[in-house]
Amino acid sequence: MKTATATKKSTPFMDDLRHTIFLWRKSKLTMIGSVIIAIFLLVAAFAPLIAPYSPTDQDLSVRLRGPSWQHLFGTDQFGRDIFSRVIYGSRIALWIIFLVSVISGSIGMFIGVVSGYFGKIVDDILMRITDMFLAFPSLILAMAFAAMLGPDLTNTIIAISIVSWTTYARLARAEAMKVKSQPYIEAVRATGGGNLRIMFLHVMPMCISPVFVQLTLRMGTILLTAAGLGFLGLGVQPPTPEWGAMVSAGRSFLIDQWWISTFPGIFIALVVLGFNLLGDGVRDMLDPRLRR
Amino acid sequence: METKKRGKLLDVSGLRVSFFTYRGEVKALNGAEVWMNSGERLGVVGETGCGKSVTALSIMRLIEDPGEIQEGRVIFNAQSLLELSEEEISRVRGTQMTMIFQEPRSSLNPVMKIGFQISEAISKAKNISTKAANVETKEMLSLVGLDYKRVMDAYPHELSGGMAQRAMIAMGLGPHPKLLIADEPTSALDVTIQAQIISLLDDLTDRMGNAVLLITHDMGIVAEFCDKVLVMYAGNSVEYAPVKELFNDPLFPYTKGLLKAVPRVGRIDELEAIKGSVPDLVDPPEGCRFHERCPYMMEVCQTEMPVLKEVKENHYVACHLY
Amino acid sequence: MNFAAFLIRRLILMAVVLFGVACIVFVIAHLIPADPVGALLGGNAPAHVVDEMRAKLGYDQPLIVQFGRFISGAVRADFGTSLRTNKPVMEDIMYYFPATMELALVAIIISIFLGITLGVISAIHRNKWIDQFSRVFSILGVSMPVFWIGLILILVFYFRLDWLPGAGRLSLFTYAPPRVTGMYLFDSALAGQWSTFFEALKHILLPAIVLGYSATASVARITRASMLDVLRQDYIRTAKAKGLKRKVVTYRHALKNSLIPTVTIIGLVFGSLLEGAVLTETVFSWPGLGRYITTGLLSLDYPSVMGGTLYIAFIYCLANLIVDIIYALLDPRMRM
Repeated sequence: MKTATATKKSTPFMDDLRHTIFLWRKSKLTMIGSVIIAIFLLVAAFAPLIAPYSPTDQDLSVRLRGPSWQHLFGTDQFGRDIFSRVIYGSRIALWIIFLVSVISGSIGMFIGVVSGYFGKIVDDILMRITDMFLAFPSLILAMAFAAMLGPDLTNTIIAISIVSWTTYARLARAEAMKVKSQPYIEAVRATGGGNLRIMFLHVMPMCISPVFVQLTLRMGTILLTAAGLGFLGLGVQPPTPEWGAMVSAGRSFLIDQWWISTFPGIFIALVVLGFNLLGDGVRDMLDPRLRR
Repeated sequence: METKKRGKLLDVSGLRVSFFTYRGEVKALNGAEVWMNSGERLGVVGETGCGKSVTALSIMRLIEDPGEIQEGRVIFNAQSLLELSEEEISRVRGTQMTMIFQEPRSSLNPVMKIGFQISEAISKAKNISTKAANVETKEMLSLVGLDYKRVMDAYPHELSGGMAQRAMIAMGLGPHPKLLIADEPTSALDVTIQAQIISLLDDLTDRMGNAVLLITHDMGIVAEFCDKVLVMYAGNSVEYAPVKELFNDPLFPYTKGLLKAVPRVGRIDELEAIKGSVPDLVDPPEGCRFHERCPYMMEVCQTEMPVLKEVKENHYVACHLY
Repeated sequence: MNFAAFLIRRLILMAVVLFGVACIVFVIAHLIPADPVGALLGGNAPAHVVDEMRAKLGYDQPLIVQFGRFISGAVRADFGTSLRTNKPVMEDIMYYFPATMELALVAIIISIFLGITLGVISAIHRNKWIDQFSRVFSILGVSMPVFWIGLILILVFYFRLDWLPGAGRLSLFTYAPPRVTGMYLFDSALAGQWSTFFEALKHILLPAIVLGYSATASVARITRASMLDVLRQDYIRTAKAKGLKRKVVTYRHALKNSLIPTVTIIGLVFGSLLEGAVLTETVFSWPGLGRYITTGLLSLDYPSVMGGTLYIAFIYCLANLIVDIIYALLDPRMRM
């Protein structure tokens, strides 16, 4: 005889979490994405241990050799080991993605919150400015900034950050507008909270979640933009082993030494794929309408 | 098991439906039963989650992933609906049996004109062209109290909740079905509009003579509009009686509790709530699903599921007390 | 608000935005630390020659004046003269733009047809093999760098298989058709020069596929997501309750609703096509606006960079405006 068993004490938060993990494991593709990113992070962290050679050491006696056991991905025109260069390139990629995300996310969130909170004129002006930045395909604008500042790693990061903040601004603004008309904000104001306090302590935290999700979704794009700049010669300059620049460097040798361009490109594709799969999965999981 | 057919128009027995979610199998319906005769108005009442909507959707065979109809018999107009092919059931739907829903504005396609949506239903049911159906649509719109000149070419977002529900009623009754299923048609509306809509339904049903299966949690509407009542609890049909009889002599302990909890003008005693709460349908109690909250619980209630049987004339109840 | 008012409002907005864009473009170009005049004349030019040149080109005027001239010129579609080609920038733009336009158009046509079809099929047959395949296909499409796909395809189809050409719009031995639009496919068909047409087609195929791949992927993904979302809505349940057949429910009731986000995406996709064009043109040595701007940037040719960028912004705004119009036509709720 089964009497009503006491069900495990669970709060709504625990239920949510369990459901999230259930959804995460259910989707094979999201799992694959997570694995790829995990590997990416590990490779970047342990690059010196994994790479057999230094990424910048030249050895002209082994130049333009194809993939072999000594050189897994072959060598380039200066005799540098491509495998090592690709491994170290992951550090560059990670650095760019991380910094751009932090910078553009912060700028975007700040502008969005200010815009959404104050509304009216401030909102109009800030939104027009956002529109202006959105009026360009972002790569072209980034190219212009990169060319203007001078092509190198720091400037690439700045350039991409400048063209990336708009999405977050829009998101943060939408959240801010929703939050600002909530009754509890009235309550805070009634107890004497000033605008700044309300904006930073109450409104901004609510924006962090959607902005964060969007950041994850855009990490792949950031890497692609950086690689594009590198490819065009407007980004990170050699001998720094940035993947896009490496693809470009191999172009003149494409006919016979295909490996110089191919392998860095594969890695770009893999990492972006990982971010996209993970990002898609995260978005699907958090979308309240898709949670069943 | 061959049960005696109780309803000539609609007879549902042994309906078992489950939903497979992350928490496990939600056993939403556990052998539900419903029956109706032509022209009858049946009110189906019960708390949220008791399975009223699921029953209705099962009759229409609109249950989809992650839900599944596992067992049961649905006889409508001498056809066994659960055994029909997809093609055959779609001929029954919208023609002999129609359904209207709770949220009228989201149940109408936002990019189509109202007139078209209604004409589409009518033209499909009567097998006439959309143009010919337009004539009938205009008639229906007037019948439901809408100005067809304004509404024919309007879009759902341009109508108020009440107007949209009227349009839905026009869409549901336009095909002249034998049975109209209304799933809480007034729950999303203001109280005054609710009264108008019920009165409209009353009027039209009288005129057209169709049967109505009205799902609601509002006993007041039941009292006003329905002939018979079916009470459901946690996936089972627990009581059935003509309206007056139910109000005068509720037999199932839950029904008793339900009626005691309804505020009524003239009552001076305190409102009583039924103690406890609805059982978890993933892990429901054995035996009668109400036994944990029942003031009359006996030992047999904890182990055996009571059968819905006739204990007074045309008054059925599923309880071990009888 | 009726349609005309909607349109006028959007056009004014567009003008304001473009003005802002012009400001940004001007600021960027004039903050370049390097000196374009010096670069133009070469490192060894004596100072007074450089100064003379600068005065001649008007670069010694205060920035405000230069800006004023830029804006007044831009409004008349006069962006000055390219420092590199010595031709009016507008003329250069008009010469190179059709190549980019043609590439983008072919790419977009491919992506719309292929993308929407894949998206709808995926949504209807959710989780079956066709869905899995198209999802993998799509996600690869937005993950692989455009320039790399281009190089790989050139490697395979040109260097190894020799099926398709690897660079340029026409082979060295073919003459361009009489110029009507500047788009070779169109012009050659118009003139009845069919061999030229096929040459042009062969040459545009690879770059258009490369460019269109990520666009196809985007369109397919958004169509699928949108379709799935729509199919879950209450009004679809109503449509089924009316007893309508599956096909009718899907195509008459669901599709129009699900195309709304798709149309928006096409606007965004167009933008990414313009970006992708820059990279694709470099890989395939395609003489289009993207390559013109890139070369301009690398050689510090102010006027061509400013003019070219402003022109692209203009085209992009126009494309978005068209998208907004289509959006308003599709969704009655949007005609605020």
